[in-house]
Amino acid sequence: MKKFFQAFRSKDSQRGLWLISPALLWMIVLLIIPLILVVISSFGLRDPDGNVIYTFSLSNYVRLAGYNPAGFDTLYIEILWRSLGLAFQTTALVILVGYPLAYFVARAPVKRRNLLLFLILVPLWTNFVIRVYAWIMILRTQGVLNGVLGWVLSLAHIPFQPLEMLYTPGAVLVGMVYEFLPFMILPMYTSLEKIEPSLYEAAADLGANALRTFLRVTLPLSLPGMVAGTILVFIPVMGTFIVSDILGGRQVILVGNLIQRQFLDARDPAFGSAASIILMIMTLIVTVFYTRTFGFGEELTSA
Amino acid sequence: MPEFAVELRNVSKRFPGPSGEIVTAVNNVTLQIRDGEFFSMLGPSGCGKTTSLRMIAGFELPTAGEVFIHDRPMGQTPPYQRPVNTVFQNYALFPHMTIGENVAFGPEMKNVAKADIAPRVRQALEMVRLPGYEKRKPKQMSGGQQQRVALARALVNRPEVLLLDEPLGALDLKLRKEMQLELKTLQREVGITFIYVTHDQEEALTMSDRIAVMSGGVVLQVGHAGDIYERPNCKFVADFIGETNFIEGTVREQQGRAVSVETSGGLLVRAEAEAALTVGQKVFVAIRPEKMQLGPREAANIFLGRVEDVVYIGTDTHYGVRLAGGQRARVREQNTAPGSKPVAQQGDEVTVTFVAAAARVLTE
Amino acid sequence: MTLRRSPALTLVSLLVYVFLYAPIVVLILYAFNSSRANVVFEGIVNKEPCGYFYWFCILARNHEVLNAARNTLTIAFISTIISTIIGTMAALALQRYHFPLKGFSEVALYIPIVIPEIVMGIGILVLFSTLFRIVNTALGLTGDQRLTMGLGTVILAHIAFSVPFVALVVRARLHGFDKAVEEAAADLGANEWATFWRITLPIIAPGVLSGALLAFTLSLDDFVITFFTTGPGSTTLPIYIYGLLRRIITPEVNALSTVWILTVLVVLLISQWLQSREV
Repeated sequence: MKKFFQAFRSKDSQRGLWLISPALLWMIVLLIIPLILVVISSFGLRDPDGNVIYTFSLSNYVRLAGYNPAGFDTLYIEILWRSLGLAFQTTALVILVGYPLAYFVARAPVKRRNLLLFLILVPLWTNFVIRVYAWIMILRTQGVLNGVLGWVLSLAHIPFQPLEMLYTPGAVLVGMVYEFLPFMILPMYTSLEKIEPSLYEAAADLGANALRTFLRVTLPLSLPGMVAGTILVFIPVMGTFIVSDILGGRQVILVGNLIQRQFLDARDPAFGSAASIILMIMTLIVTVFYTRTFGFGEELTSA
Repeated sequence: MPEFAVELRNVSKRFPGPSGEIVTAVNNVTLQIRDGEFFSMLGPSGCGKTTSLRMIAGFELPTAGEVFIHDRPMGQTPPYQRPVNTVFQNYALFPHMTIGENVAFGPEMKNVAKADIAPRVRQALEMVRLPGYEKRKPKQMSGGQQQRVALARALVNRPEVLLLDEPLGALDLKLRKEMQLELKTLQREVGITFIYVTHDQEEALTMSDRIAVMSGGVVLQVGHAGDIYERPNCKFVADFIGETNFIEGTVREQQGRAVSVETSGGLLVRAEAEAALTVGQKVFVAIRPEKMQLGPREAANIFLGRVEDVVYIGTDTHYGVRLAGGQRARVREQNTAPGSKPVAQQGDEVTVTFVAAAARVLTE
Repeated sequence: MTLRRSPALTLVSLLVYVFLYAPIVVLILYAFNSSRANVVFEGIVNKEPCGYFYWFCILARNHEVLNAARNTLTIAFISTIISTIIGTMAALALQRYHFPLKGFSEVALYIPIVIPEIVMGIGILVLFSTLFRIVNTALGLTGDQRLTMGLGTVILAHIAFSVPFVALVVRARLHGFDKAVEEAAADLGANEWATFWRITLPIIAPGVLSGALLAFTLSLDDFVITFFTTGPGSTTLPIYIYGLLRRIITPEVNALSTVWILTVLVVLLISQWLQSREV
């Protein structure tokens, strides 16, 4: 303890503290304290005005687990499960779809690379909400996709019943993949780009064909990029509510939607807080497990 | 009139080490450096030479003892208030400024009148033979050129002492040798005290007026190049500077300076020592390879041996010889005759001779 | 080195690019839709005023949009300036000094990057609503005098999530920083302040600028946290668009989107050009 206070005295410490104090203050007031409040609220109850009664009650968590006076209800567990599933599916798809492109750009001649990267950046920088909206136009019953399909099939004289794509879980997945694809491509590109061409030559020299080179050389070396990308994708998807709101309508409810509703419509901040804590815990568990297994992904700073 | 340009009195520096223990980088060092001399601090990595230099510059403060510059105690004075300037190992040129701006930085900080700065910069650059380079950027210059800019940047401030921290380390051999001569000449021209840190003993011997050999945070010996080379005062100095043969043994008898030392293999070596020794004391006899000769001649020490290897280097030939008593010695013969051939082949039996005066007795 | 550029790979990559851009193309196309209901593309609009650009003109006269745009930019500028200063200071502190609470600070600055935005958003909402409730009742404020969520709360929240990113970027830049130049400056007569201004800052400037750009983008684009910390009168463009989507979707929304996309394109082109000049 004495050492702790002694450390405050040195000139080095003083300067360091002075420099970090505004940022630290900001984080404490606008991050730590709010999180603590959320935890506290999660144990609270709802009063008639929609405010939180601060008390200690596990009723919110109990409700989330499914126990209510009317019997066992898996509603909330389903929601959590659906969110997890969506997050994993999105991550997997984003890796699958994004990898070829990342590889393509990484192996492209240097002059072209800037252009190719630029083309990936443009959608990334376009606003989230706008890009989700675009999918409404494409997926709706009278939307672009149905229009194109119908036209193509009409050429072959095949009768066409427009597909109901919007407001389904599939639409939400497509939207998610679309939103987060660039977030995965860029870190994977960074990893792949760092692989020296001479490594491929060495592998070939030692007798590896294309597939084996990929599995034993390329894939492992691109892992840090994948890890970074996964963190950039998994965490936001777990907490999303816009995509499911806009593309899923009322049909697809994720944890994010649940939380959003508690704070707006249902006005039960205590319950919403509890849901948020569960969301955060689940995300942290997956992230910690993931980084422990796969390492940390220094490509995080590339974006 | 201050006696010394720089003086370190009982200076020590202790750091907390990586695992919490205390590391003593500099241990009770006392040095006196005279005005106008080219003084080198020589030693292996970690010997404390750089730390000592940094304490003179003010980047580190001594844990004990005091640093004096022209008799003024430096105490806690920060580097920007000390009358010394440093040339750094990797030059530390400001990358975002031009050469001219780099060199002008010191005068600017001292609030020299604007009109006076440009001529001084020009003069400094001319002195290091880089006239007209004011507008270039550091990254456009070669290593050797950058080093000269660093020199100009330091000298333009007319410091009382110039500190150089292994400035030639990053240059290739040929350039290094050129710069060594240039630095020496420059120091003579400018006339200020240079304190030079290096681990290269040849460099130190070439350039310095006096050398301080350091190891493990302690100064082992201070003296002129000749003193240190011919009369090392301990095994480390003898070993670090040039090449030395060591023959272990115990003292048989001593008369004044003459000492006989008996080796475990039964050889009796006649050597010289400055200190008083006791019979039976374990000592090392140090003989430089070039002071040994192959082939019979009149000398106090004549030993038989067998040649184990021969290395031809053009100017000399080195012979590794296994002496009769079991010790190995390296003998260096110059190839003076035109069309020289080695005096002996591998496996030959030879006689190794050296005079007593060439054999120094060292106790540690 | 063009190893392994099989036609299959090129084709797949092309398809992915099409996937990335198809929605954007559709978006821009529908900005010229003659049908107000904007469900089916019925042909290119050509009405007065502005003919083909009818919907853009309607957009330009929409006060709500202009207001939202102004708010968005105001918030972005203010939060960028403050978070860049604070974030750079934090990066310097963490990279160069040792002090108590250093470990705690690192973690605290790391949290916003690894928690879902929604959690941070509702956290700040809970903080402010509780705070305001207490202050309002304590001081007896009513009606217009009440403290509510608005521009101020949004800016504070934006700074909160930007600072960690600025710190991250500047720290990465500080990593390769050779301290010898600072010692050289001191050796030549510069005290701590002069060293910082003349040497350190200019050298890390590109990193600081990158951080600022990142903070600006994050703020401009932010939806989730703004959603929970905004109030009447402090609507930003993303929130506004979201609101429109739940009401009637006319091609005006597409026009707005098109303008946004084009602006982004121009900004990106400029930054690319600037970067290429630096080299």
